[in-house]
Amino acid sequence: MKYLEEYRDADAARRYAEAIRRITQQPWTIMEICGGQTHAIVRYGIDELLPPEITLVHGPGCPVCVTPVELIDKAVAIAMQPGVIFTSFGDMLRVPGSSADLLSVKAAGGDVRAVYSPLDALKLASQHPDRQVVFFAIGFETTAPANAMAVYQAKLQGVANFTLLVSHVLVPPAIEAILSAPECRVQGFLAAGHVCAVMGYEQYEPLARKYSVPMVVTGFEPLDLLQGIYMVVRQLEEGRAEVENQYSRVVRREGNLPAQQLVAQVFRVVDRQWRGVGRIPASGLGLAPEYAQYDAERRFDVSAISAQESAECISGLILQGLRKPWECPAFGSRCTPEHPLGATMVSSEGACAAYYRYRRQAAKEAVDG
Amino acid sequence: MSRMGRVSFGGVIKEICLAYVPEAREGDWVVVHAGFALDKLDEAEALQVFEYLEQVDALNELDEQPERDAAAPPVEGDER
Amino acid sequence: MDDVQGLWASCFVPISDYPRVLLAHGGGGRLMHQLIERLFVPAFGGQPEELHDGAVLEVGGARLAMTTDSFVVSPLFYPGGDIGSLAVYGTVNDLAMCGARPLYLSAGFVIEEGLEMATLEAVVQSMSRAAAAAGVRVVTGDTKVVDRGKGDGLYINTAGVGLVRPGVSISPQQLRAGDVVLLSGDVGRHGMAVLAKREGLAFESEIESDGAPLAAPVLALLDAGVRVHCLRDCTRGGVATALCELADSARLEIEIVEASVPVREDVQGACEILGFDPLYVANEGRFVACVATADEQRALDILRSCEVSAGAQRIGQVTAHASGIVTLRSRIGARRVVDMLSGEQLPRIC
Repeated sequence: MKYLEEYRDADAARRYAEAIRRITQQPWTIMEICGGQTHAIVRYGIDELLPPEITLVHGPGCPVCVTPVELIDKAVAIAMQPGVIFTSFGDMLRVPGSSADLLSVKAAGGDVRAVYSPLDALKLASQHPDRQVVFFAIGFETTAPANAMAVYQAKLQGVANFTLLVSHVLVPPAIEAILSAPECRVQGFLAAGHVCAVMGYEQYEPLARKYSVPMVVTGFEPLDLLQGIYMVVRQLEEGRAEVENQYSRVVRREGNLPAQQLVAQVFRVVDRQWRGVGRIPASGLGLAPEYAQYDAERRFDVSAISAQESAECISGLILQGLRKPWECPAFGSRCTPEHPLGATMVSSEGACAAYYRYRRQAAKEAVDG
Repeated sequence: MSRMGRVSFGGVIKEICLAYVPEAREGDWVVVHAGFALDKLDEAEALQVFEYLEQVDALNELDEQPERDAAAPPVEGDER
Repeated sequence: MDDVQGLWASCFVPISDYPRVLLAHGGGGRLMHQLIERLFVPAFGGQPEELHDGAVLEVGGARLAMTTDSFVVSPLFYPGGDIGSLAVYGTVNDLAMCGARPLYLSAGFVIEEGLEMATLEAVVQSMSRAAAAAGVRVVTGDTKVVDRGKGDGLYINTAGVGLVRPGVSISPQQLRAGDVVLLSGDVGRHGMAVLAKREGLAFESEIESDGAPLAAPVLALLDAGVRVHCLRDCTRGGVATALCELADSARLEIEIVEASVPVREDVQGACEILGFDPLYVANEGRFVACVATADEQRALDILRSCEVSAGAQRIGQVTAHASGIVTLRSRIGARRVVDMLSGEQLPRIC
């Protein structure tokens, strides 16, 4: 496929890997923020090609992973109500709440459906005026424009039986939370390409300056990731801390203005709880007052829900890059994709699941050795 | 209704919302996410990944031949 | 460290941990295997090592292969096939994977009240054509009708018997280090054809299911004396699951090369849209054959001379490492483990 296959070229990958090896003079720790990038790194084995001095850590880039347990519990409660069609991206269906996940609600007879787009959920609402259709609106800034359009269209078309259960999170506050933590070991960032396609990367420039950390906006194919890593390492070796754009075929500095405008109209910035990380002020999106009638938390009475995390799960530490999955005592034994203790094992973008699927062999050797 | 369009993924066609790429025309390439085109692909920039690699390798060759002019040109692509 | 065992053995979660059956229990992945190994096999007096696509039984001096399969596909009709042809080919192919010549099928129908008669007729005609193409006869069957709302339209079960000639022994226990792994053609068509029809993806050129009878290439290999050690068709869970099952049963390691697994561009496109991995997508007309290394070229030539396996490629080999896992060399040259799916493959977000 054009504009995809070329960026998976083995020979170019080898040359980039060699180039990284040539310029690396000291150890560096680099974090990537996007679950899709984690997935690609592990799936293609990119970290295997890097010199041992480079450590890649996986940040809180998986929106599934950072969605608070209590929101999963609310989703479960809503999905169990009669007359509700609960829709969501596929990954959210397996994320464990305090006692259940959405798939088990489906098994118990709830109408839970995976959809490709929030517009599909809106279509369902038009087709089933006698049912309440709820869409689980999670994600970073990447999915906010899609969700904004769905709500905007619902209002325009007068579709009343449609609501969003919102748990949008924003990347820059998360980066700041990580960088300001005292034990932070991260020296460079790969910024998420599709988040920046929407938002641009102007917001990262003050962060790069304040914390003296280079940031490179990076795509998702192997060559993108390798070039992005090369550019970060080059800055680190040269003592620079700037924002650069590797993913220039898609991302512009100002981002996508029509998308930003609709998001600003439909949503407003709110404080958000991040699973495993805690409350980060001004780090999320909630529906603006003019669209409040599309908020599932208002439509359904779910205020009494309080959540209970697994005591064993250390996904918070993993999301902040402070532990690797195989350093968790439960990894691969009490916590597996079939029986996950936390979201990082369930989501296909979660660091634990990625390592479990692709790296059991290496993890076994790390534990044995 | 917002602008919808047919987008081909290697021959598989899906209807995608084009509201966020008002400048996209037939034949253009777009990045799609959750049923929406988020950005138009800049086809000239698409080569950048390979051009950068050429420069990086060229720089390396220059480094390996010290008898050449020591003032190696800077690698392009830093100011983006 | 004892905990390390957990990384290797199937997850030791008791069946009672799932008070209700999930869709994933039928998905072809880890949960389904657990259900089979912990509930069905012990109840029926078998051993997990005996699990294969079909059972080979000694009966009065002959070796009979027997298998059964149920078909619950939705939609009932999709590009390149329907539940009827699927029901015939699925069982015929399970017999072929034992090295048997498929002979006779039974067909049991569970029909939902209200199904259009024209639909039933079309399905049955399709089965008739498929049986002729596969060289088998449907000789007995059963019909039940259930209340409206209880059947997804139509469910079909087929069982089949075939004959395995003397001297043919095909099972994971026959795998040897050095065996080459051959894949009979490009993958992902069936799963994506069905899913695309369900999701309403329109095509310029439609993705058609690859459903086809596979006895001809298998018997051609056996007739030519190729040392076929194991066969597995790549149905639910795809090539990856088929190979994981083999490696696990045989307690050997299988290495495959990602770039050598053929995938058509439109299938790749559909997978990109929905975030699926073609290695795990179901096929209904593809199989892997593990043959002795010296027979590699002969086997490929024979496979390529048969229409249903014209696209055969070598995709990997069996190594002596007793890990029971499958590893993959990625497009960019690095290695990783290919795991069995835990449940249904779900569309990925980012």
